[in-house]
Amino acid sequence: MGAPLVLLLVLFLVYPVGQLLLLSVYGDNGFTLAPYRQLFASSVYLDVLLITLKISLATTLVCVVAGYPIAYLISVVGKERKATLLFWVLLSFWTSFLVRAFAWIVLLGRNGVINKTLISLGIISSPASLLYNFGSVLVGMVNALLPLAVLTMLSVMENIDRTLPRAAATLGARPGMAFWKIYFPLSLPGVAAAGIMVFVTAIGFFIVPALLGGRRETMITQLIIDQVQQTMNWGFAGAISVLLLVVVLVVFAAYDRLLGLSTMTGASAPRNAAPSRLSGPVQKAGDALLALLGAISDRILLLLPSRRRDRNPDQAGMGLQAFVWTMLLIISAPTILMIPLSFGTGGLNWPPQGFTLHWYETVLNSPLWTQAVLRSLLVGIGTGVLAMLIGTPAAFLLVRSEIPGKAAWLAFILSPIVVPRMIIAVGLFYVFAQMGLVGSAVGLVLGHTVVAVPYVVMTMMAVLRNYDTRLDHAAQSLGARPFATLRYVTFPILGAGMMSSFLFAFATSFDELTIALFATGGLNATLPKQFWDEVTLQVSPAIAAVSTCLFVFMGLLIFVAERLRRRAAAR
Amino acid sequence: MVSSSLRIHELCKHYGDFVALAPTSLDVAKGEFLTLLGPSGSGKTTMLSLIAGLAHPDAGRILIDDTDVTHSPAYARDIGVVFQNYALFPHMTIEDNIAFPLKMRKVADAEARRRTAEALETVHLPHVAKRYPRELSGGQQQRIALARCIVYRPAIILMDEPLGALDKKLRDQMQLEIKRIHRELGTTIVYVTHDQEEAMTMSDRICLMNAGAIEQLGTPQDLYFRPRSVFVADFLGESNLLSATVRGVDGQGLDIVLTAQAAASRAVGNGSRFAAGEPIKVMVRPQNLVVAEAGGGQLSGRIMDVMISGSLTRLYIAPETAGLPQLVAAHPTRSGSAPYEIGQRLSLGWHAADAVAIHDGGI
Ligand SMILES: Nc1ncnc2c1ncn2[C@@H]1O[C@H](COP(=O)(O)OP(=O)(O)OP(=O)(O)O)[C@@H](O)[C@H]1O
Ligand SMILES: [Mg+2]
Repeated sequence: MGAPLVLLLVLFLVYPVGQLLLLSVYGDNGFTLAPYRQLFASSVYLDVLLITLKISLATTLVCVVAGYPIAYLISVVGKERKATLLFWVLLSFWTSFLVRAFAWIVLLGRNGVINKTLISLGIISSPASLLYNFGSVLVGMVNALLPLAVLTMLSVMENIDRTLPRAAATLGARPGMAFWKIYFPLSLPGVAAAGIMVFVTAIGFFIVPALLGGRRETMITQLIIDQVQQTMNWGFAGAISVLLLVVVLVVFAAYDRLLGLSTMTGASAPRNAAPSRLSGPVQKAGDALLALLGAISDRILLLLPSRRRDRNPDQAGMGLQAFVWTMLLIISAPTILMIPLSFGTGGLNWPPQGFTLHWYETVLNSPLWTQAVLRSLLVGIGTGVLAMLIGTPAAFLLVRSEIPGKAAWLAFILSPIVVPRMIIAVGLFYVFAQMGLVGSAVGLVLGHTVVAVPYVVMTMMAVLRNYDTRLDHAAQSLGARPFATLRYVTFPILGAGMMSSFLFAFATSFDELTIALFATGGLNATLPKQFWDEVTLQVSPAIAAVSTCLFVFMGLLIFVAERLRRRAAAR
Repeated sequence: MVSSSLRIHELCKHYGDFVALAPTSLDVAKGEFLTLLGPSGSGKTTMLSLIAGLAHPDAGRILIDDTDVTHSPAYARDIGVVFQNYALFPHMTIEDNIAFPLKMRKVADAEARRRTAEALETVHLPHVAKRYPRELSGGQQQRIALARCIVYRPAIILMDEPLGALDKKLRDQMQLEIKRIHRELGTTIVYVTHDQEEAMTMSDRICLMNAGAIEQLGTPQDLYFRPRSVFVADFLGESNLLSATVRGVDGQGLDIVLTAQAAASRAVGNGSRFAAGEPIKVMVRPQNLVVAEAGGGQLSGRIMDVMISGSLTRLYIAPETAGLPQLVAAHPTRSGSAPYEIGQRLSLGWHAADAVAIHDGGI
């Protein structure tokens, strides 16, 4: 049952990536190390690597630090408030990276909201240049990856037993101490998982630095794009890919040594988390540090007016809530501000003026855009169907039967998430060129399925684990034939879970740019590719119109998916 | 020996419109073992959380040794809580778990180590000090939770169904252990359970709760032999309840008439006031229902079912008089006595001192 999945990954992940890596040492004239000599000949490329690491580290730090309170609040509030908070995080998570980056261009532009507001408040007299520097890249990167950090940490925090901090309180721990000595250590696996997920994703990013960064913020994946698109220097592109891959693998290896990879899925409940591998003195120092943090927090809390200290222990603090809502506002507002601008006659200048549907008409009348929408829908649905067809049986196999080396298989299936997307994309481009699949919908569906299928397998595994097989047996004992069992029992129960993994795969494809970047263009471009081509050419209100449409479309999709998920969970 | 009295005055708690605890007052003496007993959802955990400071009351006051702690945070109350799911910190060793409250109180390291070892001795688990909670069985975790609580000698210990997850044998063992610790330390204990047998065997007094309010407060004997309401009679142990009317009240007891039979008999009161003409229930415990060969006695009936549960033999009997519910009689099982037969006719009787009058709550 797992054969199609293995075949898919071998043909369209292992083979292309292997090809690309091979190309770096095997040119037209046989074995060569020329690309590597070029790579290390000057400091140019190493500088880019350093910048990449610097931006990724900064992004990771900000995402984890800012995301922690958000995840914490979501994990402690009541059901309804939780749904609201989660909706905003998910909306941001699912809004295209492109749309969000574009929104920041507009927001930070010379005539954008921020400059205009600062000027009207009299804080500055002429527009400041807020774009194309380290700060703008960092803002864009954090906006892109903060939701990922929040969701990863949340999955661990939700499993922390709420009575533990309370128990600490009854044992004499003040709130600060209870947090730092009890809650925080238990949430660390989530922090670590979020850290590595954000870092690895950030290292392979190119949209944000390309749109919001200047020349000094070039990241390593952009170098690969240049090599492929401009000089067709496969050997050198391969060498840079090797460099990128090595960095990622080193990061994972370090992570594994320190914390163990099992914490990565975030699934391991803290209750059975392995005791930290940090031994002896390090552990002691960590303990002392946490105790110190606890003592300091409690000193600070003591300074607050006593009414605040005595507040109902069931309620989260006002400061925390204010912070979380501010962060959610910052990550959602740019996209929402696109909406009035897309109906305005004043271009992308703030404040919006007039009302026109002109930009929407422009988009609708452009065959480039309409073709792109159709193609993206087609490819998205194709990807959803194929990923389900291939991923579901594999999930069944992994959940229901005892196969040897399960952990290794799981790692293999998850590898498309670990390997930087850019490397997969370039490898696929090379292989597709040989097979004549470049620019074809089939090629895109195959490529997108490779990156979407791990999510499908993970979701379906979770769904199947919660499914009680005795229901099937009961149905059969009541006289239902296999097909009837499927139709009346299995599918109605699993249906919602299957639908949401389909939507997940669809959305992944619908928003995919890296693979589409090389494989498509012109009239066979997908929507993200068309968006990218336009936005790198010029920043026009038509793009704001497209952004608005995408935003609304994704909002609806999340709404539907959440509904389905909740219906599934309610059972 | 540290131990405090606890006084609760008109304490109440709502969740939205729902009254989890109606205004309730309760005094617990220094060193007392008081059990909160009641069906699920009756407000036991709510009461404990309020006492521990883990939830805030809407109104009312809590006093420990006459100090008002209603608005003190949990960490400042000097109350120990043993949680139902133990709430051991999974990332700390057993030793660190037990030493945690000492650390919070800034006890010197050497002293903390000594007291931790001592607490482990008390619960008979000195060999697990270096393990993590998940490496212990349920019963062991339970004892560690207890050790973590007694190690800092809190003046009051609250326990929320601490034995809920254990099997029968371990439960019995732990009950003895808790009683022993209570005896040795003299700490005031408020204990929650919905197991009536556990409540009866362990408590100085039982506080029976129902729908967010106290139904009856008293010694186990009080509640068992002098229940104030049909609910109490029904909740604690088996009982036979017969409808009757009060004819007269005197110093020794009541003259009553059983409704179904119109025959006069006597009953004792349960401590509350009765008026002539009032409809009541008469409670007779199964072991006080005397069965004999047919003839004589107040009632006669036929055996519907016989159940021998080790030490006790229970007879389920359908009275021949119409309008009476099925009755149950119990006596110690005797070997070699003539076996009962289903359908056999018997006569039933009871001593007046074993018939307890209860206000008819309409059940
Ligand atoms: N946080 C809450 N929000 C809303 N209702 C609550 C909350 N906590 C408790 N309740 C309600 O208050 C009532 C009393 O709950 P409580 O936990 O005190 O019952 P309990 O006597 O401990 O029951 P059990 O024996 O099942 O533990 C229940 O009906 C419960 O549904
Ligand atoms: Mg309870």
